[in-house]
Amino acid sequence: MSVSRRNFLKLSSSGLAAATLGINLAPIEARAEDLPILHARETTTICPYCSVGCGMIVHTLGGNIINVEGDPDHPINEGSLCPKGSSVYQLRDNKARVTKPMYRAAGAGEWKEVSWDWALDEIARKTKIARDATFLPTSKIKVKKKVGTTEVEKEIEATVNRTMGIASVGSAALDNEECYLYQKLLRGLGLVYIEHQARI
Amino acid sequence: MTNHWIDFKNADVILIMGANPAENHPVSFRWIMKAKDAGAKVICVDPRFTRSAAKSDLYAPLRSGTDIAFLGGLINYILQNKLYFEQYVRDYTNSAYLVSGDFKLPGELAGLFSGYDPKKRSYDVKSWSFQKNEDESVKKDPAMQDPHCVFQLLKKHYSRYTPELVSKTTGTPKEKLLEVYKLYASTGQPDKAGTSLYAMGWTQHTVGTQNIRAMSIIQLLLGNMGVAGGGINALRGESNVQGSTDHGLLFHILPGYLPVPSADLKDTGAYIEKHTPKSKDPQSANWWQNRNKYLISYLKAIYGAKATKENDFGYAWLPKLDPGMNASWLMIFDNMIKGKFKGFFAWGQNPACSGSNSNKVRNALGKLDWMVTANLFDNETASFWKGPGVDSSKIKTEVFFLPAAASFEKEGSITNSGRWAQWRTAAVKPLGQSKPDAEIIHELFQKIKALYAKEGGALPEQLTNLTWNYGFKRADGTTKGVDIHAVAKEINGYFIEDVEEKPKPLKPGEKAPPAAPPWAPKKMLGKKGELAAGFAQLQADGSTSSGNWLYTQSYNEKGNLMTRRGKKDPTGLGMFHEWSWCWPVNRRILYNRASVNPDGKPYNLKKAVVYWNPTAVLPTGAVGAWVGDVPDGPWPPMSNEKEGKKPFIMRADGVASVFGAGLKDGPFPEHYEPVECPVPENFFSKQMTNPASKVFSDANVKEDQLATCDVRFPLVATTYRVTEHWQTGVMTRNTPWLLELQPRQFCEISVELGKEKNISNGDIIEVSSARGKIEAVAMVTPRIKPFKIGDRIVHQVGLPWCFGWHTSGVGDAANLLTPTAGDANTMIPETKAFMVGIARKG
Repeated sequence: MSVSRRNFLKLSSSGLAAATLGINLAPIEARAEDLPILHARETTTICPYCSVGCGMIVHTLGGNIINVEGDPDHPINEGSLCPKGSSVYQLRDNKARVTKPMYRAAGAGEWKEVSWDWALDEIARKTKIARDATFLPTSKIKVKKKVGTTEVEKEIEATVNRTMGIASVGSAALDNEECYLYQKLLRGLGLVYIEHQARI
Repeated sequence: MTNHWIDFKNADVILIMGANPAENHPVSFRWIMKAKDAGAKVICVDPRFTRSAAKSDLYAPLRSGTDIAFLGGLINYILQNKLYFEQYVRDYTNSAYLVSGDFKLPGELAGLFSGYDPKKRSYDVKSWSFQKNEDESVKKDPAMQDPHCVFQLLKKHYSRYTPELVSKTTGTPKEKLLEVYKLYASTGQPDKAGTSLYAMGWTQHTVGTQNIRAMSIIQLLLGNMGVAGGGINALRGESNVQGSTDHGLLFHILPGYLPVPSADLKDTGAYIEKHTPKSKDPQSANWWQNRNKYLISYLKAIYGAKATKENDFGYAWLPKLDPGMNASWLMIFDNMIKGKFKGFFAWGQNPACSGSNSNKVRNALGKLDWMVTANLFDNETASFWKGPGVDSSKIKTEVFFLPAAASFEKEGSITNSGRWAQWRTAAVKPLGQSKPDAEIIHELFQKIKALYAKEGGALPEQLTNLTWNYGFKRADGTTKGVDIHAVAKEINGYFIEDVEEKPKPLKPGEKAPPAAPPWAPKKMLGKKGELAAGFAQLQADGSTSSGNWLYTQSYNEKGNLMTRRGKKDPTGLGMFHEWSWCWPVNRRILYNRASVNPDGKPYNLKKAVVYWNPTAVLPTGAVGAWVGDVPDGPWPPMSNEKEGKKPFIMRADGVASVFGAGLKDGPFPEHYEPVECPVPENFFSKQMTNPASKVFSDANVKEDQLATCDVRFPLVATTYRVTEHWQTGVMTRNTPWLLELQPRQFCEISVELGKEKNISNGDIIEVSSARGKIEAVAMVTPRIKPFKIGDRIVHQVGLPWCFGWHTSGVGDAANLLTPTAGDANTMIPETKAFMVGIARKG
């Protein structure tokens, strides 16, 4: 008989039970049969922490995550995970997660829950005001020009089309597609002060 | 990384220096242990005896901030004992090139290279150029004997790095130094490989770039680049910091490492002229000669049909920097504290803890009109207005917190340190009202665009001309939701028009083939609407698009290659070409044609990454092909003088740079002390600190203080991570299992220092610098030992940087102590070597 991972779990738990109790095994076996992940949907993902890129399997049942474990087929981690990866489950089952947009007014001492629409409308409005007020269509720059054989420095008014009053930091926490969209939005707004974790 | 995680198993010697993979990249250590099982030796060099050190064959301590001295000594050892791989050095690097006779070394100029301007704190690099022949080619001495050749200059420069002087500076015992040098230099044998694993322990210094340059020189001298088990491997800290860098979330690069345009380059023609290196060497592939194709394809991706030949593909809409303008991290917060910004986005980042000199960052946030933060959890940045010592009624900054979905609640790809782009599928819907970042960005774009469409404003076209067709169209023209596959395909790129295959340019003396008859079917490279198969198909005339040329191939007509789960490994080297996809073009080891001799024969036959099979017959009828990894280009080996190419294809001259004239602080690394250091003199020269590094000394910014050789702060400090927490700890401090394992800020000190300061293990101490102070639990440990630096005893301490006030009872951020000082080339802050004092509390 070949022993698969799940069969092994069944075997070892019934063996253990037999050794300790030596009596009716039926309920114990039934429990072992009922491993919570048995009927769960398996989805593969990659660990959100360091850059090793370990594969994970997320088990979900009824729209809830019931287990996260290392992906044994993944060539880098071959099923293993570190403490951080092993506790990704708790990023979902977590009361501290912020699940509604929040706003803090000038001078306020606490957060206030707000709607997505209100928050994004406000941010859009403020972004536009800051952009329009600090947009620099041109800038005086010095360029070197060759006159005959000598180089002469000359001041010119050059097109720059940039927004001076808004900056952005982040984010290595985003997916590639999101990073691409984010830089597209920021450059579409004329930002040049764009930085993230890679600089620090 | 030039190589990848699994490839560690192929190394003969592994040098862990400036990194601590056992604790910070734990699962990667299985591949280090597999190398050990196969007989490899592991070296760890670190101020602290880490868990990586505990598993190493050889551990050597060094004082934080003295890596160049340590590595310079290794270069000297390799050269003096002739342990370099001569053929590799001569054929694959610029070691044989002759440098201008005006060039002077720091040994001749009191620690400076020739051309330094103290007023500008920068170098005029005229004297760092190569001597040229009449036909503009570089003068070379293949025997590498000419006193002006790079090899002889290297030898002369590092002859100053004697084991005695290195030991005096680093505090590493001389016999340990020599043990490390001997072991690592053993990989100079053609069939041996040594790998370098580094992380922020090397980058976060005012000489950060030169730390890595020093190791690059060593790897080139020993022939360790391009080979299995070799390379320069940055162990990056975040799951997608490789991808976010690739996609240009930095002030100086657009996606695919295209420089952000500067104002002096008024059109694409000027941009391409400036940023396209030229080479007349027929053996140089000079890959960046394709820059024009990548720039135009990027413009076509972001502006679509609005980018036309007539309007220069919309180049004018791209925001531009002034020439030389520095818009990097430290400058953002320097400008912010001076009140120069109205608005600020902190998207998935916590600068109030991760920014060096965090008090400066926190005070700067209070000068904003508004701030937007997107995150999973509340944190020190989002709630800075209620931080310790802050009177929130006085803070006028309006703050928005946008709840983001977690990684397993959305779909998309991330790129690991080995450049593998791996696809993630959504396991569950986002928690509560949280949304994937892509959805938030999408909705924000729609709302701002609507305002501009309705009201006009400053150059609305910059925003309104962006292509943005990722979702389902509503009746009013707006779209709902983001189809992330549509974004991935835009990044990959399309044929916008039918593109015919171009005939290959004729070689001199070659006859043109007979013209095809008019009725013959046209040979097509791609048809309108098709996804591009690879970046070699991209065009400079607007007929193709690609959001990031490096990712072209990732999602093509064959499908989404990033989802692949194939396990074939025919070479046994662990390259797994059918698992996910890696940039560029699924090449798993960069510069792999440097692993073979000029005839295409592997230097190490047992671990051949690629080899040239001269008898292979291709479907086209051509004879000869590369076997193994995807090679750095299809050309035959270098010994084929007509068609062969040199291996370092991203360099204009096709060879690797032992002499790096493109750096801002010198073509060879030179030891300088950190901006804050414990010794009044640099034993190598009169120049104390990196003369080209960025110092912040505005008297109006009270947060910027430095204290070097100050009796109040006599201890060298460094920061690091712990296994149980990640970065500033926003996610892990909110994970109960992890917080229980690692519950609060500590400071590691030596047994000797504990005795001197009357501090016992577990005591609460205050750690202070010129910029701030924090409370920590003293961890008195033999893992840190005092150093003998010259005639002095210098103590080193270490602190994790994963804590912050927002989690109650854990202590505040270690970055409150670190200075504002930037590396000369990258502007990365110096947070790995600074000075502190400690005292027992109560």
